Amino acid sequence: MDIANQLQRQFMDYSTSLHREGFVDDQFTQLQKLQDENSPDFVVEVASLFFEDCEKLINNMARALEQQQGVDFKQVDASVHQLKGSSSSIGAMRVKNVCIAFRSFCEAQNREGCLRCLQQVTHEYSLLKNKLQTLFRLEKQILAAGGSIPIVE
Amino acid sequence: MAIAAEVLPSGSQELHVLAVDDSHVDRKVIEKLLNISSCKVTAVDSGTRALQFLGLDGEKGSLGLNGLKVNLILTDYSMPGMTGYELLKKIKQSSAFREIPVVIMSSENILTRVDRCLEEGAEEFLVKPVKLSDVKRLKEFVMRGKTEENKGRRVHKRKFEDDSHPPSSSSSTPSSSTPSSPLLPPPLTAAPFACDIAASELPSSPLRSWKRSKLRDSD
Repeated sequence: MDIANQLQRQFMDYSTSLHREGFVDDQFTQLQKLQDENSPDFVVEVASLFFEDCEKLINNMARALEQQQGVDFKQVDASVHQLKGSSSSIGAMRVKNVCIAFRSFCEAQNREGCLRCLQQVTHEYSLLKNKLQTLFRLEKQILAAGGSIPIVE
Repeated sequence: MAIAAEVLPSGSQELHVLAVDDSHVDRKVIEKLLNISSCKVTAVDSGTRALQFLGLDGEKGSLGLNGLKVNLILTDYSMPGMTGYELLKKIKQSSAFREIPVVIMSSENILTRVDRCLEEGAEEFLVKPVKLSDVKRLKEFVMRGKTEENKGRRVHKRKFEDDSHPPSSSSSTPSSSTPSSPLLPPPLTAAPFACDIAASELPSSPLRSWKRSKLRDSD
C-alpha cells in the first residue's frame, strides 16, 4: 500500500502541475469525474479521440495553408473551429487558446500568422499528448499497486 | 381509466435521447453525460442521419418507428451539410415530431444565433461544453412534460378554463392557442429564473443557457 500511496502522491502532484501550467482546465476534471465502473477507460478513450482529431485537423490546416495558388482561409478556419471545439470539450486549454488566436489570423487572412499558429498548435498538441500519456501511465501504476485514482481539482 | 393509469409506464423513467454532433469527441462526452443520467442514447454524426433515424428522410420504406420513442433531441449547431438549425426546422415542420423538445448546443454564444433557434422552436440553447447539470435539468424538464402528458394535459386545460375571462386577463398566464410566440416576456409573477426571459431582452451576459419563456409553465 505504501507504493500505491507514493504513486498517488506523484499523480496528484503531476495533475496539479498540469492544471497550474494550463495544459488542462476544469473541463478535464469534469471528464475525470464522469469516469466510473461502467466506463473505466472513459478519459483515455476521449483523449484518444481528441488526438486523432488533432492529427487529422492539423493535416487539413497544413494542406490548406500550403496552397500556392491562394489559401482558402475559410477552409483553414473551419478546421481550427473544429479543433477549438474538441479542445474545449476535453479541457485542453492551451490548445484551445492557440485556436482562438489562430481564428483571428484566419479572419484577417494572414498566412504568416496562420503558419505560426499552426506551428504552435502542433507543439501544444504534442506536449499535451506526452503529458496525458504520463498521467495515464501513473493511473495504471496506481491501479496495479492496488490503489485508487484520486480526483484532483 | 384509473386502472389504466396505474398500468401506464409513467414510472418508466428511461428517456430516449437522440444526440446529433459531427464531433466524435463531443458525441462521446454527451453520450456519457446522458448514460450517467440514466438516459438511453442514440448518437449520430449528422442531421441527415438524425432524420433517417426518425424516419423523416423521405424514404417511403422507413416507418419511423425509431422516432416514436425519442423524448429529446440534442443537436450541435455547426455541422457540415445540415446545420442544427436546419435540422430543428425540419423537425418542427413535421407533424409527427414537432412536439419533441429540441435543444441546440453550440460552442459560440452568439445572440442572433440563439434568437433564431429559440424562435424556430428550440427549447433551449446550451453553450458548450455541456455539463452534467445541464443534462440533469433537461431530463427533469422532459420528465415533467411526460408526466403531464400522462395526465392527459388536464393541467393545461384547467388553466385556460380558469383564465377565460376575455377582457380582464391581466394577471393570469396569457392563454394562447398557439404554442409559439416564444419571445413574449413572461408575466411578472411567474419567472423565477433569469434564463426564462427571452434571449433578446437580456443584455449580453455570461449566461450559458437560453430558454424560451414558457407560457405553459409547470407550476
